[in-house]
Amino acid sequence: MNAGSSLTAAVALSRTDFVVPAIRCAGCISKIERGLLTNAGIAHARVNFTAKRVSISHLPDMTMPQLVAAIADTGFEAQPITELATDPAAAEAHQLIKAMAVSGFAMMNIMLLSVSIWSGASGVTRDLFHWLSAMIALPTVIYSGQPFFRSAWSALRKRRTNMDVPISIGVSITTMLSLYETFNHGQHAYFDGVVMLLFFLLTGRWLDAVMRDRARDGVSALLKQTAPGAMVLGADGKTEWMDAIALHPGMEMIIAAGERLAADGIVIAGKSSFDLSLLTGESAAQAVDVGDVVHAGTLNIDAPVSVRVTAAGPDTAIADIARLMEQAGQSKSLYVRVADRAARFYAPAVHTLALASFAGWMIAGAGWHESLLIAVAVLIITCPCALGLAVPAAQIVVAGALMRAGILVKDGSALERLAEVDLAMFDKTGTLTRGRPEPVNLDDADAAQKSVLLALSRASRHPLSEAIRRALEAENVVAARVEQLSEMPGSGIFAILDGKAVSLARPDKSLAHEGLATELRVDGYAPFAVHFADLLRAGAHDTLNKMADMGISSSILSGDRALSVSPVARTLGLTAQTSMLPQDKLDAIARQKLAGHKVLMVGDGLNDGPALAAGYASMAPASASDAGQHAADVVFMGDSLAPVATAIRAARRTQQVVRQNFVLAIGYNVIAVPLAIGGYVTPLIAAAAMSGSSLIVVANALRLRSAAR
Amino acid sequence: MTGLALLIPVALGLGLLGLAGFFWSVKTGQFDDADGAALRILIDDDDEDCP
Repeated sequence: MNAGSSLTAAVALSRTDFVVPAIRCAGCISKIERGLLTNAGIAHARVNFTAKRVSISHLPDMTMPQLVAAIADTGFEAQPITELATDPAAAEAHQLIKAMAVSGFAMMNIMLLSVSIWSGASGVTRDLFHWLSAMIALPTVIYSGQPFFRSAWSALRKRRTNMDVPISIGVSITTMLSLYETFNHGQHAYFDGVVMLLFFLLTGRWLDAVMRDRARDGVSALLKQTAPGAMVLGADGKTEWMDAIALHPGMEMIIAAGERLAADGIVIAGKSSFDLSLLTGESAAQAVDVGDVVHAGTLNIDAPVSVRVTAAGPDTAIADIARLMEQAGQSKSLYVRVADRAARFYAPAVHTLALASFAGWMIAGAGWHESLLIAVAVLIITCPCALGLAVPAAQIVVAGALMRAGILVKDGSALERLAEVDLAMFDKTGTLTRGRPEPVNLDDADAAQKSVLLALSRASRHPLSEAIRRALEAENVVAARVEQLSEMPGSGIFAILDGKAVSLARPDKSLAHEGLATELRVDGYAPFAVHFADLLRAGAHDTLNKMADMGISSSILSGDRALSVSPVARTLGLTAQTSMLPQDKLDAIARQKLAGHKVLMVGDGLNDGPALAAGYASMAPASASDAGQHAADVVFMGDSLAPVATAIRAARRTQQVVRQNFVLAIGYNVIAVPLAIGGYVTPLIAAAAMSGSSLIVVANALRLRSAAR
Repeated sequence: MTGLALLIPVALGLGLLGLAGFFWSVKTGQFDDADGAALRILIDDDDEDCP
């Protein structure tokens, strides 16, 4: 720490944020923070464990690759974040929690004064307490009521009504009448009711915001960013790191093996193979040569190549898909939340009721003052306090339960839509299958072969080597001691073991027709070929059966060729549409929509992005592309498909509880409203009824804690 | 009544103090990394060379 502080004084430091998904424990925090401080260019590093991020203050001349390398030196993989730390959603949650704190503080103090009034304070004392309550309540209503006033105003301007309209009207009329009562030494002031109402409602709003925030943090921690930039060869022959936004057509990028492209272009030198899974969903790598077109977001696997940029930024193929996604997603924003649908009927009913009781008492000859008091009591009693908590309380409990099961729900409306789906469409690669090659015949290798395999495979970042390394490390194989390790990009890894040449390399041509394979050769022994296949996710069969039991039929929409889709479709007993472009998937979903179905789209690739955005609800695995995770409503982790069925079941149970909560809230109104219209409701009864019904609704929501099991 | 004149301002003042404290902690980002704060206490700082 001390070494860093001397830096701070000398120059203005830059700050860069990184996502480090692998932070899991206290050890990771200290390893990263201390490890980074040993780097001379870094002044300060702070880990945010909740968001799985590291924020680094460093000298301005540290480049992005240097920083990534510095984090890699501490043993963690990191991706830079380009978005700014201050996003509007987080600011909204902060605003809500402040408003909630203020109303909570005011509620407790006013309640303290109210209790003494209820227990018999009269005359000057009661007036004094009313005045004090007014002094606390007025600023509170003005400050904490803002979220409701603003939302109600914007709804009214569009000639619509939502839950916030009756709340705003109720709160302002009640406050004004209570003020009038205070001036005239009246018996009843409803300051406690108003502030309590605000507090309960803000609690509901805040829960809603917290749920969105938590899921967003989780998702962004998993995001695999497309390349933030590239090494560019300048006219003077020097190479320089440039950010993706600074790239222009005509520039020459040098792409190392294992690096993602930051712009579209044509290969002008070198020969390699590219992983196009981000664009097409196809897992097998494609060979590229001089003159071939390559796209932003794809991964260079084998050897360094030079690429002449033809399109950058908004002109790339990736950006086209993003636009398609944005258009498709607009239908989703038309969805009306359950609570707002309820408010459409509720708000007019409440206002008519209050107005009718005012008119009724006037006609009965009660005088305008008493009639107004009764109308206000009706407004306060019917204000959708329990209704405002009914939905968010149930949804946050379920979202928490699902999160513990590795399922991230983006927001409450996602749960509501997920509960209604009746047709599921799955992408194949990466969704029904794991989307990465897995070695299938490692069990045939003997112990000696396994240890050599591990020693060789862990020296390379090639996807096939990494798959072998993961499988062998899971078996606790001990690596053999090899010397002179070297990797020849595009060909394999070579080394010396006890004086004999060993290699893990591209197999002879005879094996090529059997799909992905690599070959272990040890001098003097027969070669051992490791075969790879893209395995089905665990529990795929089970999940589809469970969904069928829930009345959801499934089918496959794949961008792959029929040849590679048919084995999967046959094993799972699903119908499949193949060779589909992103637009075709959109059309397929639109057709089902026209037929009256509510489609759940489950997919992972960038090519599924538009379909995910267009689906009535959508899910993506955590291994999905950046675009896929952004577009999906729900992201699930792990290698199993079971979370799909779990999430739907939990969403349906949530809707049940939400409906029960509505019934409870309305049932309470059925009892309380006649009392209010009859003129029997005092501030004491209003406060007791309000908190009682809210507690019941929250308690009912807590039953959902086990919904993800 | 004289008791009230003292006690009510005291009660309000203490409440306001708590509220101000809460605002301050939100503003300085103490709620941004709740899980991390729970783990940081487990990190041993002893091996750093303190004066």
